[in-house]
Amino acid sequence: MTTTGKTDKTFGSVLVVGGGIGGIQTSLDLVEAGFKVYMVESSPAIGGVMAQLDKTFPTNDCSMCILSPKLVSCGRNQNIEIITNAEVTHVTGRPGNFKANINVYPRYVDPKLCTGCGTCMQYCPVHCISGFNEGLAGKKAIFIEFPQAIPLVATIDRNACIGCQMCENVCLAKAVKYSDKQEERTLDVGAVILAPGFEEFRPELKSEYGYGRYPNVISSIQFERVLNASGPYQGHVLRPSDGKIPKKIAWLQCIGSRDPKAGKPYCSAVCCMYATKEAIMTREHVPDIEQTIFIMDMRAVGKGFEQYYNRAQNEYGIRYIRSRIPEVMEDPVTHDLTLRYEAEDGTEKTETFDLVVLSVGLQTSEAVKKLADNLGLELSEDGFAKTDYTNPLSTSRSGIYVAGAFSGPKDIPETVAQAIGASAKAGADCAAGRATSLVEKEYPPQTDVLGEEPRIGVFICHCGINIANTVDVVDVMDYAKTLPNVIVAEHNLYTCSQDTQKLISKSIKDNNLNRVVVASCTPRTHEPLFQETLRESGLNPYLVEMANIREHCSWIHQGDPANATEKARDLVRVAVAKARMLQPLARRSLPVTQSALVIGGGAAGMNAALDIARNGYPVTLIEKTGELGGNLKYARYTNEVGDMQAYLKSLIFEATRNKLITIKTNTILGDLSGSVGSFKPVLKNTATGEKEEISAGAIVVATGANQHKPKEYLYGEDPRVLTQLEFEKKLIEGNGVKNAKSIVMIQCVGSRNDEHQYCSRICCSTAVANANLAKEENPNTEVYVLYRDIRTYGFREHYYNKAREKGVIFVRWDPDHKPEVIKHDGKLFVRVNDPVLKTTLEIPADLLILSSGVEPNPDNKDIGTILKVPINDEGFFLEAHVKLRPVDFATDGVYLAGMAYHPRMLDETLAQASAAAGRALTVISKDKLLSEAAIANVNEDICDACRICLPMCPYSAINLKNVGEKQVANVDEALCKGCGACAAACPSGAMEQLGFTTKQLASMIDAVLEEAVK
Amino acid sequence: MSADKNKPLIVVLSCNWCTYAGADLAGVSRFQMPTNFRLIRTMCSARIDPELVLKAFAKGADGVIVAGCHPGDCHYISGNYRERRRIKLLEMMLKQIGISPKRFALEWISASEGQKFADTMRNFSAQIDRLGMSPIRIKLMEENERKEVAHV
Repeated sequence: MTTTGKTDKTFGSVLVVGGGIGGIQTSLDLVEAGFKVYMVESSPAIGGVMAQLDKTFPTNDCSMCILSPKLVSCGRNQNIEIITNAEVTHVTGRPGNFKANINVYPRYVDPKLCTGCGTCMQYCPVHCISGFNEGLAGKKAIFIEFPQAIPLVATIDRNACIGCQMCENVCLAKAVKYSDKQEERTLDVGAVILAPGFEEFRPELKSEYGYGRYPNVISSIQFERVLNASGPYQGHVLRPSDGKIPKKIAWLQCIGSRDPKAGKPYCSAVCCMYATKEAIMTREHVPDIEQTIFIMDMRAVGKGFEQYYNRAQNEYGIRYIRSRIPEVMEDPVTHDLTLRYEAEDGTEKTETFDLVVLSVGLQTSEAVKKLADNLGLELSEDGFAKTDYTNPLSTSRSGIYVAGAFSGPKDIPETVAQAIGASAKAGADCAAGRATSLVEKEYPPQTDVLGEEPRIGVFICHCGINIANTVDVVDVMDYAKTLPNVIVAEHNLYTCSQDTQKLISKSIKDNNLNRVVVASCTPRTHEPLFQETLRESGLNPYLVEMANIREHCSWIHQGDPANATEKARDLVRVAVAKARMLQPLARRSLPVTQSALVIGGGAAGMNAALDIARNGYPVTLIEKTGELGGNLKYARYTNEVGDMQAYLKSLIFEATRNKLITIKTNTILGDLSGSVGSFKPVLKNTATGEKEEISAGAIVVATGANQHKPKEYLYGEDPRVLTQLEFEKKLIEGNGVKNAKSIVMIQCVGSRNDEHQYCSRICCSTAVANANLAKEENPNTEVYVLYRDIRTYGFREHYYNKAREKGVIFVRWDPDHKPEVIKHDGKLFVRVNDPVLKTTLEIPADLLILSSGVEPNPDNKDIGTILKVPINDEGFFLEAHVKLRPVDFATDGVYLAGMAYHPRMLDETLAQASAAAGRALTVISKDKLLSEAAIANVNEDICDACRICLPMCPYSAINLKNVGEKQVANVDEALCKGCGACAAACPSGAMEQLGFTTKQLASMIDAVLEEAVK
Repeated sequence: MSADKNKPLIVVLSCNWCTYAGADLAGVSRFQMPTNFRLIRTMCSARIDPELVLKAFAKGADGVIVAGCHPGDCHYISGNYRERRRIKLLEMMLKQIGISPKRFALEWISASEGQKFADTMRNFSAQIDRLGMSPIRIKLMEENERKEVAHV
């Protein structure tokens, strides 16, 4: 602990600031890559904003459902130390060797003693406002904000607490600690990752909308809670003023975004989509609802977003009106809200709504600005962490990285990609300390219980009064003692407390137990704890079974103790029946080749290879063409970077110079065998036809995309018609606009149409960049941009504003009235309907620039077939999960980056490249992998190789192998996730899911009904 | 008050990630519901072989619910789609072998739908109450009674 910042030691630990989805993801990947994590969160529990959301776009996934397994993973990981109620005050040192000072504020409850039972919350007499429910519901002065909270520990809000000591008196665990004090800690870490997130813009600052004055004007985050089944109205969409179901709801966009007067000139990037999602979800709650969204531009730029927007209009009847609402007026009697607005054609309209939702923007909180100040970081003029376009994960201070909304508004998948990417960056700084700080617990050798008669111990929990008030625990215990194979049954005040673990351990030894049943709460949170107790007692951890007599019994049958006790007896009998059949399970150790293969030598591929190499592992980088660079070869200029070719040159220099990177050009992936940890890719030289088999533990797919070649607007027929890339080249070479008095740009060429439904994301920003450059070259040149929606999301809005200031003229067109190009006397003209002026314009075009979109790489299909990974109906690769696994495939060990995923900006591609590297590192930084325990298992004697199971497996984990004369199904233990779909489908009973065998499940069904038929 | 032994009994077979979690949330939220269901957990609804449902009926269950994640939400990518197809066939079969389809339900309940879990249990329990004990259970009870009498 006395090491100073001046020593040469590289610490194998990382400080992660923020416990939202970004902080959680980066922590999980850091640990998998061999680093200890200190996760510092300012609130009492991790989860962040994602825990508050109802659903997520564009898949309408339940937010908590996909988040809570990650919360639990963080909570149970012994190499992640979660430090809640804390803030970082100071960081000194250099990359690899930092000293971080943190303040831990008191929570007035001892987390070691609190079991999270919640009794204190029932007795606390003080009601205060719940921040988690955004003020729409109450909580107690002693609280756990949400049931899935990690750590599941109560906290006292001392501002609300009246000190009545009611909680102290009812807490049987003696966890309440009024005397709790602030604590200071110093941590030795090799790197720092900041993922402190954002706060919502405070809508009361835009007083014209009446937020805070009119009860039926609420913010979008409040509406998330309204929609949520565990929210203030249990998922019923109601108006705050009278609790009535609204019939008409309006969403007002850009509240605190794209609003220089409010000090928020940037676009918040996520609001168009979340408002669309809220409007869609509202329809599922209130079928006859009328939803209207008032927008400036619809910015549906992500994967699947445009299709979601189309569905919102066509299937859900959501109305989008292009107007910025100047004011909201309230009827003081009915509390209905009237909006007066100017339609796009200039006419003034009024409309009345029952509820108005303000789509608030994202901003950096004062607390996070203070954190940046404490750490000496530069912030941008918009108040976000300053990063470089070609280095999006680094802050202004070396060794301190950033992920998520702190570096700019972004959605969940972008945040997750950045978070994983930051873990790769931090890992490179701490590579010398890898695996040196990990805690690995020593366990006693496991007793061999195979073939032994089951000797079961049953431990029944009172959970303070949570179970015992309803269920007669002693009766259940006496009953358990009568069940076959039960040697001992006990009851405990809190079965999960530390001292009970010792009692269980002692009972295992004293009574020679070889199976354990715990009747308490849900296995989803507590099974790992008891599994750990078994391991410490020398038993295989899979020899414990739980009966949930709290969530599924005492809490839901409070008024019926007799039947609840009867049910608890049944549940214990069922658990004992399964326990009798439990067999020890093992997580098998699989060898790992500690190197990677990267497919594609563009910006994504080179950066992924570099991040892996910087972490100390060899990489083979293959490129189909004869030279590195990919699409970057054609880029000259962006809004953010003046000279793209200089950047490309330096990137190629770094990649070719790195000794750990083997570059093979004119090379493609010819074939592949093996699985995660031990792939055997066959590389094929396209020039010579030679084939070579190599080994790789992980594979990164970075095969890029192509530029759409326009088939319209006289492209290829008239030399004055160019794509943006061709125009860019001319501009940079200095002969772009010299003779052009009027330049017309047409957006969405090859995007958002029948051929390509998706938005190509980059074209609006490219057009704005080139329009600005053209205006700089020659301010007298008229530049027209004919667009459908200007999608300069995030900070790109600044460049759009700049273009308008410079006099670039933006004219909107509808897909029903596409621009037309006409040739007249050898001159080009573009005819377009102007919806504002309500007239048809005929604009002369000395140059006509087509913003042509992005098309998927046609090779994707073949590559996908070889790798056994899917592509979507657009032709881009399909990731494992849209929100939380943006660079993973369902197949382990294969990862995805860049435009192979979908059209992206360079900074987003680079973050994804680091993310793909980060995920690959979680595999190849270890010398062995552990399989899942409860996986499928084939009884080869019975298997007839009928192949029914093969297509059942979502992970392609089953193949056929030869055993002697016959073929049988074979489960790849590295790939199986243990869902059991194959076991249920197997007609012969050869396929079993360990831990959930047909015999075990059948014995449970027998046990359920045993008493009922007596 | 003593336990009501002759109340219809419902077996719930559910996945770990959505419906079991939804049931947990119903518990945390203290939503009160009838006591006569017993939940058995599997990792994915795709593990629930229709044979297990038939077994439950054969052993005297008065009602059976299979429950999992909403379509598209499966923790194992697509397990619930597989289960949905199997259940379609099972429902046809139940009719053929004379078990009222009203005694069986397939439900999608997410981890945040504690209320839906409670409502489902209330409604299904009321439905089974109206149907009364299953004929198989009545027969099994009679057989057991006979055995007992023979024993005495």
